[in-house]
Amino acid sequence: MASGTETGVTERRQWLEMAVDRPLTVVFAALGLLLLGSLVWGLLVSGAVTFARLGSLVWDGVMRGLVIGLAGVGLSMTYSILNFANFSHGDYITSGAFAGWATTYAIAGLGRADIGSLLLVGAGGSVLGGALGIGVTTTPVAVAAGVVVAGATTVLLALAIDRVVYKPVRSESGITLLITSIGVAFALRYLIQFVFGSSVRGTTAAGSIPQIPLYFIDGVVRIDAHDITLLVVAGGLMLGVHLLLQTTKLGKAMRAMSDNEDLARITGIPTERVVRATWIIGGGLTGVAGYVFILWKGTLGFNDGWLLLLLIFAAVILGGIGSIYGAIAGGLIIGVAASISVLWIPSAFSRAAAFVVMIVILLVRPQGLFSGRSTA
Amino acid sequence: MSAQAPTDTLRRLWAQDVVKIAALLVVIYGSYLVSGLVLGYSVRGQLNSLASLTFYIGVFATLALALNLHWGYTGLFNIGVVGFMAVGIYVMAFVSKPLYGSGGAAQVGGLGLPIPVGILAGMVAAAILGFVVALPALRLRADYLAIVTIAMSEIVRFGFLSSTFQQFQIPHTLSGETTRVGFGGGSGLILDFPDPLLALIDALGLSGVYDGLVALVGTVVPNNPDPIVHSLVYGLVLLGVVAAYFWLLKRTGESPFGRVLKAIREDEDVARALGKNTDRFKIVSFMLGCALMGLAGILWLMGQGAVTPNFFRPRLTFFVWIALIIGGAGSNTGSVMGGAVFAAVLYQGPLYFQNVVTSVFQPGDAPGSFGPAISPLLSSADPVPFLLYTLDSVRQLQLVVMGVALIWLMHNRPQGMLGHRKETAAAIPLGRGGSGPGRGGGADADPESTPQTDGDGTGGERRE
Repeated sequence: MASGTETGVTERRQWLEMAVDRPLTVVFAALGLLLLGSLVWGLLVSGAVTFARLGSLVWDGVMRGLVIGLAGVGLSMTYSILNFANFSHGDYITSGAFAGWATTYAIAGLGRADIGSLLLVGAGGSVLGGALGIGVTTTPVAVAAGVVVAGATTVLLALAIDRVVYKPVRSESGITLLITSIGVAFALRYLIQFVFGSSVRGTTAAGSIPQIPLYFIDGVVRIDAHDITLLVVAGGLMLGVHLLLQTTKLGKAMRAMSDNEDLARITGIPTERVVRATWIIGGGLTGVAGYVFILWKGTLGFNDGWLLLLLIFAAVILGGIGSIYGAIAGGLIIGVAASISVLWIPSAFSRAAAFVVMIVILLVRPQGLFSGRSTA
Repeated sequence: MSAQAPTDTLRRLWAQDVVKIAALLVVIYGSYLVSGLVLGYSVRGQLNSLASLTFYIGVFATLALALNLHWGYTGLFNIGVVGFMAVGIYVMAFVSKPLYGSGGAAQVGGLGLPIPVGILAGMVAAAILGFVVALPALRLRADYLAIVTIAMSEIVRFGFLSSTFQQFQIPHTLSGETTRVGFGGGSGLILDFPDPLLALIDALGLSGVYDGLVALVGTVVPNNPDPIVHSLVYGLVLLGVVAAYFWLLKRTGESPFGRVLKAIREDEDVARALGKNTDRFKIVSFMLGCALMGLAGILWLMGQGAVTPNFFRPRLTFFVWIALIIGGAGSNTGSVMGGAVFAAVLYQGPLYFQNVVTSVFQPGDAPGSFGPAISPLLSSADPVPFLLYTLDSVRQLQLVVMGVALIWLMHNRPQGMLGHRKETAAAIPLGRGGSGPGRGGGADADPESTPQTDGDGTGGERRE
């Protein structure tokens, strides 16, 4: 009995200490509760927000979050193993997307349009993705081939760039590599624009994607076939990476290297081979993420990856650099936060809201949610 | 001996940083003038190209100098430069635009205060934003600061883009009358205050001189000489601002304050162990640099007539970074030279090249996209359409060239064009002095040299 009150007192004192030591945490927690309160009020009392709208927004956020998380796994791995923030990662996404979509266009439109226009993903409005009837149900082979090519091309690209650009400066500081990666980002992005043009093109036959209306309390949340594709592809790959890191020798070597590179080298881990494996896995996931992102949103432009990059950084930092579960969780949080922020603030600020979430996390928990768990 | 003397004088001259900058500018202007002459440009065309060249050299040099305070002196990795520029010009416009309804086509008005007040307000606002960003981010690793600053610059851009702040009412008199103000949203803001350059000239009482200059130029360019003189004089004012920034940063760098900044860059723990409140030094340095970036943004845009949020895309930040890296972080001379080289070669150069080629070869219309450009090359080995398309896409390829240049610099010359120039944190020279070769000194390193800092024309390069 007495010990019970004692623990109660210590607990209370701990709370008080936290409030004094970390006033920011308390302020942000209060702010979060306020927002939650206004949401609950809107849902239950005033009826300003319907459950179905909230459900649609959350679903949309989860989809976006899966893309961010999948691309974020690659970024997080290179960040922890090679020790630098890769600003060209967004343009790897774009490269994968264009390579994959060129393949999809070529297969879906073979014989129906000029092969050059197909391979350029309809640059200059020469072929329209909608006219080719592209979709996961209508042209499954083309989509599957696109996914594979997107991943494979990005792997090759990442390895080639690593060989030519990053390897010579790998022993330099992280900032040197970061600045170098900005150069890579510029070169890649505007080469893509040079070849594929600057227009944003529709890629899928938007009207003919099968939809399932799910009844959700007071309305309908629509889920279409591309949502399911994204869910399956992203979920499967995330599971695959988990198994790879946890059960294979390569995974163990990667975790060792992200933990302490010198120690890993002393114990005889072939670091150069691990670096190559990092680029292969990270690049593959990134390319596939780029492809399914375009499949899901239905438009493709040369800036898509770059626009996603800051959100991916936010997710990786949120989850804790080096943790793949952190990257996935961070991706989902960032995606959902950006998506449901429109309930409180104008939609022009939804990306800004995601950045604010990141900055708040940096303030209250700079090591990230899943910190101290390198690549595990 | 007679041959020795002039080379010695030349070498001593070359050791002066001012001479290096002047020589670089002479080379840049000379090559622009010569290529203009070869092309048979009119005097008007020549003066115009010189004016725009001067303008870009001025803005990139000021921005590189401000960034040098952050990165070169204090080691703060700021990649949100555009955010501070945007806040500078937008707040300046907000304060200095005339009140709504006082005539003109602008959708929103401002507070109608004088331009100098607006400039000051813009700089203060940029510094305050710097404070807000610095407060959380300075405790974090360098790459976190990078991500926070670039995210901040995007938040600023979204803020000015959004329709929420497009227009709103604020009280502007004590009796509570309101006036319509705002930031114009995506369609931008018309800068309808009086021309700042003419106002400055009037205030200095130099309008007679200016009119004389217009008349003088009018003798060679009879048709409407006013805009040319205006842009040339504005370019000169910008170069004056560059000199002022240079002086300010040199003084800052050499002061006890600046030495603490350099100590923080080298090893923050040591600086803290010596009893310096490093957080405060970092915040003050960051705010000063941000204010200078805000002023640079104002100087860039206040004469342009309008400002749109999408001008402030992150790529502009990276332009400034490339300029700084070309010159070498840590050196003010390098920042100015890097700004000049970037503006002349990477920023204006490709467009000038495009003009040159177009006017020499008079090529026909370029293909609209990559497909029609590449297919003749593949099917009938006809490279002309591809070359035309390449020439037509100079604006995109220019950015590819910048990216490759950045990679090349980081591989081959990360210390910048002037070599290793980082100033040491010590107030006294750290050279060994006396006899014996310098540590790891190359063949051309003078063993008795002191580490060279910007501006003093003595001693050789410091090598480590």
